[in-house]
Amino acid sequence: MTPAQPNLNQLGLTKQDYVGAKSTLCPGCGHDAITSQIIQVAWEMGLEPHRVAKLSGIGCSSKTPTYFLSSAWGFNSVHGRAAAVCTGAALANRSLINLIASGDGDSMSIGIGQLVHMIRRNVPVVYILEDNGVYGLTKGQFSATADIGSTLKKGDINTLHPIDPCTLAMELGCGFVARSFSGDPKQLNTLLKAAFAHRGTALIDVISPCVTFNNHDSSTKSYKNVKDRDFPLHELGFVPYFEQTEVEIPAGEAREVQFPDGSRLTFRALREDYDPTNRYGALQAVHEAHAQGELLTGLLYIQPEGPTLHDQARLVEEPLALLRESLTKPGPKVLETLLEDYR
Amino acid sequence: MTPTHGGTAVADEAKTLINDFSIEVATVNGSGSQTANNTLMRSIFRMGVPVSGKNLFPSNISGLPTWFQIRANHRGYVARKHDIDLMICMNAETAKEDVTKLKPGAICLYDEPLKLNGLRDDLIWYPVPFQQIVSASCPEPKLHKLVKNMIYVGVAAQMLDIDMAEVAEAIARQLKGKQKAIEMNQAAAQAGFDWASTHMPAQQRLKIRRDNKTEGQIIIDGNSACAMGALFGGVTVVAWYPITPSSSLVETLIEYGKRHRVDPATGQTTMAVIQMEDELASAGVIIGAGWAGARSMTATSGPGISLMSEFIGLGYFAEIPSVFINVARMGPSTGLPTRTSQGDIELCAKASHGDTLHICLYPGSMEECFQFTYESFDLAERFQTPVFVVTDLDLGMQNWMSKPFAYPERAQDRGKVLTEAQLAEVQDFARYRDADGDGICARTLPGTPGGKGAYFTRGTGHNERALYSEKPEDWKGNIDRLRRKFDTAKAFVPKPLLEGSGSRNGILAYGSSDPAVKEARDLLAEQHGRHLDYLRVRALPFTEEVEAFIREHDAVYVVEQNRDAQMASLLRFFYPEFSTRLKSVLHYDSTAINAQTLVDQINAFEK
Repeated sequence: MTPAQPNLNQLGLTKQDYVGAKSTLCPGCGHDAITSQIIQVAWEMGLEPHRVAKLSGIGCSSKTPTYFLSSAWGFNSVHGRAAAVCTGAALANRSLINLIASGDGDSMSIGIGQLVHMIRRNVPVVYILEDNGVYGLTKGQFSATADIGSTLKKGDINTLHPIDPCTLAMELGCGFVARSFSGDPKQLNTLLKAAFAHRGTALIDVISPCVTFNNHDSSTKSYKNVKDRDFPLHELGFVPYFEQTEVEIPAGEAREVQFPDGSRLTFRALREDYDPTNRYGALQAVHEAHAQGELLTGLLYIQPEGPTLHDQARLVEEPLALLRESLTKPGPKVLETLLEDYR
Repeated sequence: MTPTHGGTAVADEAKTLINDFSIEVATVNGSGSQTANNTLMRSIFRMGVPVSGKNLFPSNISGLPTWFQIRANHRGYVARKHDIDLMICMNAETAKEDVTKLKPGAICLYDEPLKLNGLRDDLIWYPVPFQQIVSASCPEPKLHKLVKNMIYVGVAAQMLDIDMAEVAEAIARQLKGKQKAIEMNQAAAQAGFDWASTHMPAQQRLKIRRDNKTEGQIIIDGNSACAMGALFGGVTVVAWYPITPSSSLVETLIEYGKRHRVDPATGQTTMAVIQMEDELASAGVIIGAGWAGARSMTATSGPGISLMSEFIGLGYFAEIPSVFINVARMGPSTGLPTRTSQGDIELCAKASHGDTLHICLYPGSMEECFQFTYESFDLAERFQTPVFVVTDLDLGMQNWMSKPFAYPERAQDRGKVLTEAQLAEVQDFARYRDADGDGICARTLPGTPGGKGAYFTRGTGHNERALYSEKPEDWKGNIDRLRRKFDTAKAFVPKPLLEGSGSRNGILAYGSSDPAVKEARDLLAEQHGRHLDYLRVRALPFTEEVEAFIREHDAVYVVEQNRDAQMASLLRFFYPEFSTRLKSVLHYDSTAINAQTLVDQINAFEK
């Protein structure tokens, strides 16, 4: 896609307008690669920074919202519970564009209940789960996404079954489930764009190696290991609603998913039998691949329809936070009517 | 069917109690007794006699014993009365125990097959063949169980001289719109009345005489009053998780919202209500909503506050408006979910780890449940902080007389929120800069255009610009400012109410203890010649009137419904110099507080 001028997007903003503070994560951290793509995509998509609410819990990944979109409102909340804060913010102001940066510790242990119920409610949010299999900020304990047999740096072997955020989300009926790899910026870029076009909860599990505590050979979430096992399901292309030009559709048989805002996601299958619109087939394929040590990445499941939190709450169009007093405070006659029932 | 008088001496000595006695009805939970109990209470109310009604119910849906206490009192005393004058036994399982606790001379009306009259010879017995009456009056056998309780209402009305027209009206109002049910229940009450007229000898011990002391009043429960307060307080986001005894607050609010916050043309609402997966998430939602500019609230009870405390600390430290209504029940732990307590005073004042102090409001009446709830939204937004409305089961779920609520004319106070236009005027926005010296900094709402208002909210240490900071001066400056902000609230919270003046010692109380304290003061004055000034605290932070009251009295009896004298602890925390003046008068056996307990304890102190 080509912005209006080489260095300006359709809002007339430069990419520099989408950056944040300097990262304080370890040099080479996969999370920083994700942050770069968030900045890139927000700029390319022309997101209005002031409309973005960037929320997080606690952990290395949850620090990242300070590193992008400094003109957006940020909220570094409590461990595992950005989902509830986001639900509240979404109800208060339905015009916000919500983004949650979380991690496997934050989302798959303490926060799993809130994530599960956020998905059930289809809260409008791009939920980026920066997944490295360990607790980085507390110096390298296993998280709940660590694979059986993976080892810690000091040798401990994980014996517990991992929780897969993607199959969990699919099981719950999440309408947008994707997996990517911080080492595949092109794929992540396209998935992020599509996620912002999705009306409800869009979950992207991004395998993001921890260079300090989980990048050794005996870890299944090391950069090398993930790169070896990464099996991209398709080549992706994204046409945002504001782009009229034809997208470069990869050669071969291409499919397309249209989002309610008119954006289109095209994909050419690299694995022919994989259909991301078939939830049961997708679940089976992801499970089977995992059993064979393969890591399927790309758009795992898509269902752009489905009522969101806002649809179900039947809120007025204007943000609740900005309603005039006359709309939120009934008049004296209403009080009289209510009191009459207690006479 | 002749009433059997045990001790004739008792009967002879007894003089007629007019508009001053208590009734207890023992029934089975889930048997439809609630409608009958409310009818009896409201009939007395409609006779112009001040009344209160307390439901002592089990933590159970159906089948366990439940009791309903009605107190009629011409002087307007509405606290629980310790002794029962008329017992109505409808529950075989508890009948023996119900009868045993009565004082000699009490009247007991009972279901005849229970044959209770052999149990004691110092009570006045009235057996009533309920099954026989219901069979004769109600043609549909499957409805007998439902209307059986209404028979006792008719019997009691006849006994006590309650006008049957008022009974009929009370039924009609309660079952509004359900014509068949109204007729069936009115017929049952009438059948009870008719049976009593022909079969039961008149009694002269307890009588209701028409009076005019309830004119213009309503009977309401605190949860409904709080729900009404929230509706008129302009709440826009409600997140909750069901918990006794607060559930009916949100359920009532949902009903009000459907009627008065939905645009009939579009079906769209201005009030989002979301039932969350737990209390932690409920707190998270209202913090998120308050951050984004909504008037947000939750209602819960003590166990919920425990779970919400992490988010409450975040709300306090990141300075986010939100309202927490705590309808307290008996703790610790699961405790007694259906029994009242004032056991969460310290919990609410200091919820969450680290140094926290929260604005708390302590309503003591139905009008205050209404008023303090709508005012809590102004306070939350003015002070950008969680605000607690602390009620309890006794206020929240019981029936209280009240003057109709006055409409809140005052405009909403949305606090220091900078709009796009205001931001354009600001040279350099810093979220946590105390420009006015009152501890309250200006905030912005997510979504405000203009590119100048964005900031990063965090529960970690931060400087004026909301940037992460570990500098000691930033930390201390911030936490001291939060205390300054809390002190600023003194000028905004409801002041305490003072009754009496010039006594050497005084009483200090709060919340649902108020009716019992008022009655106890009269008893102490009339029966013991002790006059005590009374200060009712209505909010934290304490205002200067609280300090003055303690300073001006040698001893202050602090009345509370908890074991650890929690309000006294807070008073000692803020006024350590007066520590020894505070004497605790406590009631925490899980029943609602009563005046006699206070009289006895205060008399013991004053000896």
